[in-house]
Amino acid sequence: MSTVANTIFSPELAARFDHLVTIYPLRRSALIPMLLYAQDEVGYISEAVVSEIAQRIGILELDVRNVLSYYSMLRTKPAGKYNVQVCTNISCMLRGGYEILDHCKHKLGIGHKGVTPDGVFSLEEVECIGACCWAPAMQVNYDFHDDLTPGKVDVLFQMYRDGQGKDVK
Amino acid sequence: MPSLVSHPDEVKVVSRRFGMGAAEIDKYIELDGYKAVQQAIANGPAWIIDTMKASGLRGRGGAGFPTGMKWSFVPKTSEKPKYVLVNGDESEPGTCKDHVIFLHDPHAVIEGTMIAGLAIGSKMGFIYLRGEYRYLLKIVEKAVADAYAKGFLGKNIFGSGVDFDIITQTGAGAYEVGEESALMESLEGKRGVPRIKPPFPAVVGLYGGPTVINNAETIANAPHILLMGGEAYAKLGSERNGGTRLFGISGHVERPGVYELPMGYSLRKAIYEVAGGIKDGKKLKAVVPGGSSCPVLTADEIDVGLDFDQMGKAGTMLGSGGIVVLDESVSIVEFALRVISFYQHESCGWCIPCREGTDWIKKTLTRVYNGGGSKKDVDNVQYLAENMMGRTFCPLGDAAAMPTLGFVKKFRKEFEDYIEGHKAGTPIITVEQLVGAGH
Amino acid sequence: MADVTFIVDGKQITAPAGTLLIEACKTAGIEIPAFCYYPGLSLQAACRMCVVRIEKMPKLQTACTTPVAEGMVVATETPEIAQARKATLQLLLGNHPLDCPVCDAGGECELQDMTFKYGAADSFYAEPKNHREEQKWSPVVYFDRPRCILCYRCVRMCGEGMDVFALGIQNRGSSAVIAPNVPAQLSPDDLAHVDCEQCGMCIDACPVGALTSGTYRYKTRPWEMNHVATVCTHCGDGCKTTLGVRSTSDGSEIVRGDNRDKSGINGDFLCNKGRYAFDFANHEDRITQPLVRQLNGELKPVSWEVALDLVGKKFRELRDTRGGNSIGVLGGNRLTNEEAYLLQKFTRTVLGTNNIDHHRTADYVAFAQALAGQKDRTASLRDTLTAKAILLVGGDPTVQAPATAWNLRTNVRLNRAKLYIANSAEIKLRRQAKAFLHLAPFGYGALAGYLGGDDTIATSAAPDATALASFREAVKAEEDLLILIGSELRGAELKKLIAFGLTIPGAKFALISDYANSRGAADMGLLPDMLPGYQAVGRASDLATEYAAPSAPGLDLLQMFDAAGKGELSALYVVNSNPVAKYGVDAAALKDTFVVVQDMFLTETAALADVILPAANLYEKAGSVTNSYGDLQQVKKAGDRAGVRTDFEMIVRIADKMGANMRALVPFGKGLRADMGQTRGAQSGEADRHAVWLTAQNLEPRLSPFEQLAILDEVQRLVPGYNILRLQLLSGNDQHLEPAVAELVQIGVQTARRDLVQPAADSLFTSGTLGRYSTMLSDLQHNESLRPSSLLTQIQTAAD
Ligand SMILES: Cc1cc2nc3c(=O)[nH]c(=O)nc-3n(C[C@H](O)[C@H](O)[C@H](O)COP(=O)(O)O)c2cc1C
Ligand code: SF4
Ligand code: FES
Repeated sequence: MSTVANTIFSPELAARFDHLVTIYPLRRSALIPMLLYAQDEVGYISEAVVSEIAQRIGILELDVRNVLSYYSMLRTKPAGKYNVQVCTNISCMLRGGYEILDHCKHKLGIGHKGVTPDGVFSLEEVECIGACCWAPAMQVNYDFHDDLTPGKVDVLFQMYRDGQGKDVK
Repeated sequence: MPSLVSHPDEVKVVSRRFGMGAAEIDKYIELDGYKAVQQAIANGPAWIIDTMKASGLRGRGGAGFPTGMKWSFVPKTSEKPKYVLVNGDESEPGTCKDHVIFLHDPHAVIEGTMIAGLAIGSKMGFIYLRGEYRYLLKIVEKAVADAYAKGFLGKNIFGSGVDFDIITQTGAGAYEVGEESALMESLEGKRGVPRIKPPFPAVVGLYGGPTVINNAETIANAPHILLMGGEAYAKLGSERNGGTRLFGISGHVERPGVYELPMGYSLRKAIYEVAGGIKDGKKLKAVVPGGSSCPVLTADEIDVGLDFDQMGKAGTMLGSGGIVVLDESVSIVEFALRVISFYQHESCGWCIPCREGTDWIKKTLTRVYNGGGSKKDVDNVQYLAENMMGRTFCPLGDAAAMPTLGFVKKFRKEFEDYIEGHKAGTPIITVEQLVGAGH
Repeated sequence: MADVTFIVDGKQITAPAGTLLIEACKTAGIEIPAFCYYPGLSLQAACRMCVVRIEKMPKLQTACTTPVAEGMVVATETPEIAQARKATLQLLLGNHPLDCPVCDAGGECELQDMTFKYGAADSFYAEPKNHREEQKWSPVVYFDRPRCILCYRCVRMCGEGMDVFALGIQNRGSSAVIAPNVPAQLSPDDLAHVDCEQCGMCIDACPVGALTSGTYRYKTRPWEMNHVATVCTHCGDGCKTTLGVRSTSDGSEIVRGDNRDKSGINGDFLCNKGRYAFDFANHEDRITQPLVRQLNGELKPVSWEVALDLVGKKFRELRDTRGGNSIGVLGGNRLTNEEAYLLQKFTRTVLGTNNIDHHRTADYVAFAQALAGQKDRTASLRDTLTAKAILLVGGDPTVQAPATAWNLRTNVRLNRAKLYIANSAEIKLRRQAKAFLHLAPFGYGALAGYLGGDDTIATSAAPDATALASFREAVKAEEDLLILIGSELRGAELKKLIAFGLTIPGAKFALISDYANSRGAADMGLLPDMLPGYQAVGRASDLATEYAAPSAPGLDLLQMFDAAGKGELSALYVVNSNPVAKYGVDAAALKDTFVVVQDMFLTETAALADVILPAANLYEKAGSVTNSYGDLQQVKKAGDRAGVRTDFEMIVRIADKMGANMRALVPFGKGLRADMGQTRGAQSGEADRHAVWLTAQNLEPRLSPFEQLAILDEVQRLVPGYNILRLQLLSGNDQHLEPAVAELVQIGVQTARRDLVQPAADSLFTSGTLGRYSTMLSDLQHNESLRPSSLLTQIQTAAD
């Protein structure tokens, strides 16, 4: 079952998945990375993603859903092109994490898990992202931004809007 | 990119190569890289384990289990393949030390993984990073690829006749997956629910094979220990707490950052000298000394050495080494609610006391915070936490109960005052904000 | 394993090392509470109810995961432990809807019981509970999420137990939820559903009322029912099922079927038919009055007296004018043994013919003949749970004999039994098989020959020659092999396979058939050439001595219809069978035959009858049945319906109306052969064998001709192999019987006809003609049809 006919993924990603399932002692180990990489490409875990990944690994779609619903980074609805994830856990909270979150809400005009009407940004309040010593911090997609101030956030948003943001994938 | 800080009191072992470009393999080699693994091959497993035992290194993931001993528990022979698993899930609030290791010295993790593999007779290692650390995963993946390109990984490493492979893996957002057996489940493509123990991972772990699982910092220490000798490393630290450790100091301090300090170093000095004291000249109120699961210390409880035993005696834990400093302006009610909200969100839901306990503590504290509490609620929160302690399937339940008990016991008066007309200050954050995280 | 000794609550206990503490305590009479623990399923340690204090351990330990060890000292009920359990209950109740007054599980709920015991009634919480609407996952499975305590029993039951994996756990923490495999977003009606075998095992396993049964939901309260443990009527496994019965204006209605009594032959198991398909009894088409066809062709309701009179008179007249051999009799597969026996005795001694047969769903005649003279060679259903190695040739137990399939899966899972399967279809059980041999279509006979050493027919057996060879190799190397045979194998092929099996030391056999008493029908001699116990007609036997039966074989089922077509069959008496549909009989063939049908419904056969007598079904009578394996069990009366009668009673009444010697037909009263009061004990000899036998067995004489026990006594006395242990039977236990054919008898021409055996070919949601009258089964078929390709077939192996 190495290659899937009529894959919904790009040729590169499909090739990557073909390889990924072979490197582990058990195919199923590829499940979580595949879900995340599929989300990076498709934007979210659609039913088509669930079904193709189940097929690629050889497990039930129910198994895929059981796993997918466990992990908080995986989503089943589209987010914005840039998903802004603001940490408000303790270290960030002490240094203004909630002000940053409020600022983002205000600036983007959306709330937690909201998406801007133009689809450019979405916003999420997240748990500790491992940037405690550089708090307050946030991630835009996979990019870290730390030592934030509302002013810095404005600059960042503009940067992303202008298409200048780095995009780690 | 996180900034590097330093302080004269630091003793740099694991952070020795930070800021020196050691993520590049040639630079790493120049800085004594991949020498320790060759020594390990030359001297054999018994020597590795003896050296690790002599170093007094205790696990940096939180529980502080002696590493040399852990490695020695793996059966010599096994029908199933043995594995080394590096825990880079780093999700304990207040903790960002593995972050800097992956960023500045990924090869140390790779080399340490190989050493652990040689010690237990394993041919395959996994380095698991939390999903949010994608940019670090890229760095580690490149380092692994470079090591393969040089022939350091793969077949017949360093002419030893031994093969060793490393696979990198990403998580996808789940604190509980940091727990060792939940990590194995996750790596096997399942929900991050812990396993029944015994059997312990050293006997039945990943894919049913004997497995050594260590924190990334623990593993990154191994090459240094082999190079400097176990005793020399041990001497750097305090009694039964060998060596140094990365402490992440965050919150209300002047110079937050990740510092490498000897084990047993004074908590007071760490806050007031290393991290530059309380921000904006305010007064210290409390310290969460080792990540959010550790019971809080009040301002007058900080004359304690930063090692596993001294912290234990002080009624708290060294945990993950994430020191979170709270100044006088902090409302403990609000802080306690933020902490339990995290555990409520991260409970895997497997066992009743943790799943329901975190939920009810959060709900009750939310109401208290919102102004609808009564003194009875403080008793209820304490009752709930006491009845979670030691009763859950895995330590996450304890991790949620312990800090909660610390807050309500040590700051009971503040809770009661708060309840009576918000004397401790009106909420600065709306409840919606506080309970919304991640939902 | 070696025994260890340890102390629990001050009591010294000994158990095999490795036994789980919770099980060892249960055996010793110390009950440790548990929600998530379920014997035989994987361990969870999730509910934390089973915590106990073990000396030298820092924390409370879970008894469900702790193996007992020598010298262990355990306390199971201390204030500390009670507090831990109470706290856990308080946490659960915090979000529990507490709708016990309307909950199906009220009164049978483990959460209620625990709360009662540990007194966690006080609530500290002011917050609203999480409410969610009840979900209808299928016509038979409903899910009430707020009641769920997340013990994961259902998930394991469905996955590990059933190998279906239709239930999962989704989300995490307090949002965690049991989820079915068809999510709302993929469903045409935007609601979540289960695509599964609909066995309802999840409902049985659920300790609370989170999973409820579509047939029972909100019908009544558990304490308002009587619970009758009887045997399922649907397949040849003969599971024990407990029927919940409630009084109604015209009898008593069955409102629930379940498996609360786990002592049965089926252990933990019950399939959807056993659990839900009792509702045919209440179908609106049920006939409750005798019907007699009028000259204008219409059926008219008449009184019982009129109907029985007519039948008796007609039978007598036709026997006397056209001869007994002009009458044919067909029995059914859901009759009790007593009824089947009585029917053949009536046929042979009152009608005076051997023209008797039934719808054969497997070739038990060949089976019995192949095993003639052997001892201990037949397997019980219970053996499928313990055999170390099993060879399954043909059949698809998952569908045809679900309890057999459950046992095989359990045996493989828990005991690592080796399962070898040869089948021409990719049956689901192959997922548990150590070796699966894909046979050529109709390759069973060739396989039997090949196994026996005939290499020339290898290619007709299986396309893959190497697989075939290694399969034979592996099977031959086994000892104590349990050989399960599907109904595909008949006659000479079946005998060949058994002959091969007999070369394996300790091998045992079973032949799988379709209905509750298909085996019993054959054992009881509903056969034209065999008396009960497979004794050839016309040969000397105890039976033959007592019966004044004709000595020539009678007509088989197909021959009867041939005879009818030729105008040679004056009467046909059909008891609980629908041969017209099953064998595709041309209605015109019966136009000159007087047809009497005993049935519940106007079936294709009943529609041709001159007299229809409304019959009680297996759930409305008492007696015994024998499953495919030869395990005898007691049937108890659960339901009741005004207007209908048991087949037993009807046969007796018809015989009476014919003027038969009732005491000869049913040995009731004191003395059978007119030596009333003059019994000379054992010396009475020919005079009254039955009375002598009863005395020797310490049995009371039966007082009424309607008492089926009188026939059971005779069955036991006369049918070889039916040496029944009364106490076992009457206490509801199963017992394994072996047909004891002493010698091999040449098969007559009739039994060699392959087309006489017609497997029922039922699916999980059909059950012959009867199944058509079960609303629940129809609903399930409709439900199935909504999903063109079942998700179940999606993958080969369900879990890593
Ligand atoms: C809820 C929970 C979360 C944990 N998270 C982490 C983690 O993120 N990183 C880590 O290294 N250890 C974590 N641990 C500890 C691990 O279970 C394990 O003890 C550790 O990886 C062992 O490595 P060490 O001996 O090197 O410390 C966690 C434990 C628990 C109970
Ligand atoms: S304590 Fe229980 S619910 Fe909490 S994370 Fe561990 S297993 Fe899951
Ligand atoms: S029965 Fe032991 S934890 Fe549930």
